[in-house]
Amino acid sequence: MRTKVWLYGVLLVLCVPFVFPTWWMVTSSLKPNADIFAFPPALWPDDPSWSAWGQVFDMQPFAQQYWNSAYIALVVTLGTLAVSALAGYAFARVRFPGQNALFLVVLTGLLIPSEVTIVPLFRMFNSWGMVDTHWPLILVPIFGAPSVLATFIMRQFFITLPGELEEAARMDGLGRPAIFWRIAVPLAKPALGAVSIFTFLHSWNLYLEPIVFVQSQEKFTLPQALTQFVDVYQGPLWNVQLSAASMTAIPVLIVFVIAQRQFIEGLAHTGLKG
Amino acid sequence: MTPSRSTPVADRAPARPAPAGAGAPVGRPSFWTTRRRDRLTGYLFIAPQLAGTVLFVLIPLGLVFWYSLHEWNVLADEFTFTGGENYAKLAADPNLPGVLRATGLFSAGLVVLNLALALFLAVLLNQKLRGTTFFRVLFFSPVVVSLVAWTIVWQFMLQDNGGVNGLLATVGVDGPNWLRSDGTAMISVIVVQVFKNVGLNMVLFLAALQGVPQELYEAARVDGASRWRTFWRITMPLISPTVLLTSIITVVGSLQVFAQIAILTQGGPGTSTTVLVYYLYQQAFQFHAFGYGSTLSVLLFAIVLALTVVQWQLRKRWVHHEN
Repeated sequence: MRTKVWLYGVLLVLCVPFVFPTWWMVTSSLKPNADIFAFPPALWPDDPSWSAWGQVFDMQPFAQQYWNSAYIALVVTLGTLAVSALAGYAFARVRFPGQNALFLVVLTGLLIPSEVTIVPLFRMFNSWGMVDTHWPLILVPIFGAPSVLATFIMRQFFITLPGELEEAARMDGLGRPAIFWRIAVPLAKPALGAVSIFTFLHSWNLYLEPIVFVQSQEKFTLPQALTQFVDVYQGPLWNVQLSAASMTAIPVLIVFVIAQRQFIEGLAHTGLKG
Repeated sequence: MTPSRSTPVADRAPARPAPAGAGAPVGRPSFWTTRRRDRLTGYLFIAPQLAGTVLFVLIPLGLVFWYSLHEWNVLADEFTFTGGENYAKLAADPNLPGVLRATGLFSAGLVVLNLALALFLAVLLNQKLRGTTFFRVLFFSPVVVSLVAWTIVWQFMLQDNGGVNGLLATVGVDGPNWLRSDGTAMISVIVVQVFKNVGLNMVLFLAALQGVPQELYEAARVDGASRWRTFWRITMPLISPTVLLTSIITVVGSLQVFAQIAILTQGGPGTSTTVLVYYLYQQAFQFHAFGYGSTLSVLLFAIVLALTVVQWQLRKRWVHHEN
């Protein structure tokens, strides 16, 4: 009994740095800028006001920027699912000459984060006239290092599928594409779920790539926009910045709380094993 | 990994016409045997990933080496071959020792704190307690909060007159200006990043802990082994593959840290938090020195490669293998 009380005590104390920042972000966004550093710190604003939330949309085309981040993350996720499921399946279940060598070529992508190649990537996209567009933010994740990890995970998953399933389907006259689409993909839902989650979060969090490739405000993604709520002296307008940060964080948090089991267990069991 | 429960998906599907075989021309069945068709399908399936890796990873990697041999000022549009000059500049760069020190400190601090805390949390949540799911959700939640949003909140809290010092002042402690003082900037950046992502390693450890057979613990108890000894002699060896995997992911991830530095400290005070990626960004995209920036990229690549090789060797050395 006493150990249990101790354990709960330790867990509660440990929670503070994980939960307090989100709480402080939301409550501070409801305070006027003058009160934001008031002492003693107020855990709940005396006079909560949504005016800073409105200012977010006056200072920047925030709805547009929100849409940019959302659609880019969605396209990247769908693209990565397609590319990695196809490649992962072929590397796991199909036999063709040069398979192992080609798999090694793809795996080198894991060793080369896009921070290493950012200069030539900038140069390439510049020569294609794609700087200050969203193309680099879409193409590099779908085909570069992040999707290589996805392909690796999908291959590890497809290797575990029992071969008899495919044999039976083949007897029924199904070709490879049909076996892939109608048998392998439906069985791979847990792995596809894990890949979707980390791909979405990766795209949603990108910061270096947007600030290198995108220059016009209406094309900014959320992480880029969040740092731009400043006054004329480049000092941060804290309550406005925290309002924008809250709007960025809360929807994903809500989805996470609703689907927490799939999130956590999907990542733990399919995501990174094997 | 257990194979997933097989659901009779294929049987349930209504009799839709199967998609046509990949590019099988009609009328030449003698050439397009099943095996040949299968091979073609294999190549077609991997084609997008392979082409993408070549175009967006391997060619740029080759170009980084090529650019690093050039003096390249983007503003003046000059691109001249200078051989090893950038590498000589790198060796003599007065900032380099500071940058490498910051990179090493950040990676080492992050990996040690992250893995230790993740393991501690996982062991706590692996106890037979009510409400562990609730705590698991709380510890994991920063992983899904946007990285820049999380960083901005901490920037706000770590201001001289911010929330952290406010809380400290209520108990009579006069906190430092965390992000602007030499002694505290680095540890602040590390801690912000640890709390952001430790939940991910925690759930990986938790899954590994739950995979340790209970009989082993019971046998240890019968033998009278202490909890501490049981942990080091039974638990740790059995979860060592997961420890290694998470340490590789965490180390490589720590070398990519950028947003946190750019927002919290801009590499300061001095160069005390200027990690390699941030220095590379400054050189290439703020000072427009693409050639020297590429040289720094080569250095970053060499470090990632060396660390991966070392960890791979360690895996052979001390990781317990189940088979």
